[in-house]
Amino acid sequence: MSEWFAMGGHGLYIWGSYFVTALFMVVEVVLVMRRRRSVVQRLGRMIRMKDSEVSG
Amino acid sequence: MFNLFKYSSPASFYPLAGRLAVGFGIASVILLVIGLYMSFFVAPTDYKQGEGYRIMFIHVPAAWMSMWIYVVMACFAAAGMIWNTRLSSMMASSLAPTGAMFTFVALWTGALWGKPMWGAWWVWDARLTSELILLFLYVGFMALESAIDDPRRAARASGLLALVGVINVPIIYYSVQWWNTLHQGSSIKVVDGGIEASMSEIMLWTLLVMTFACWFYAVAVSLSRVRSTILERESDAVWVKALLKERKA
Repeated sequence: MSEWFAMGGHGLYIWGSYFVTALFMVVEVVLVMRRRRSVVQRLGRMIRMKDSEVSG
Repeated sequence: MFNLFKYSSPASFYPLAGRLAVGFGIASVILLVIGLYMSFFVAPTDYKQGEGYRIMFIHVPAAWMSMWIYVVMACFAAAGMIWNTRLSSMMASSLAPTGAMFTFVALWTGALWGKPMWGAWWVWDARLTSELILLFLYVGFMALESAIDDPRRAARASGLLALVGVINVPIIYYSVQWWNTLHQGSSIKVVDGGIEASMSEIMLWTLLVMTFACWFYAVAVSLSRVRSTILERESDAVWVKALLKERKA
């Protein structure tokens, strides 16, 4: 297993490439999801506030 | 007749984008798993570069995506400026972060591939330099767009920058033929309808699977991003209020 991991001596470069790429892709997806949740919550609260002012 | 402009209204595009994002997202995960398996366990060892060439399976798709996304972004920016369709400009600004990410990944994986093969992380080579300029164009586009408060003026200014920057994409693509570059020439050519590649069949298939995985990923992420932008920009629209109230998020 570790021999495979060494990738014929190029392990550092290969895993360094794939790890950073995976990291960036995962972080980007997390950021997009987090932004979506915050937008939905913020706008939801604003709408409910406006409604309570109107009806209250 | 399929009315194209039906989906240029945010209200009708929003649900469609949601379904597309999920579909492309799932497809990209599946293709990524298959592609990664092929990259490491199916594609043979290269006679010259040994295992190190496997970086190609992420470097090349990322580089292709960095150029392709920029062209698509510039087209949306142009459409937004010509027809004044807000959704096109929103789509352009939603593509930029993903394009910048792929450009950085292309530069990063290229450096990690160049070090063992050329002995240098970076050289001021035509291909590498024009790709670096592409990264600056993406960052400049995002910075310019966020620096201007009024969405319409921001879209116009950043759209103009995107259009001016488009000339850089063919420069990147043909740099390896125009100048004597350290970066290798294009190993995949579309010759009279067929794809001619100076690599083994299985390597080419692995590369294509990874490319489609990255492409579907970009579609899924940018569509999800544009949906948030649509909600923000159209927050006082009736359909947004109905949607958010019902969701009780």
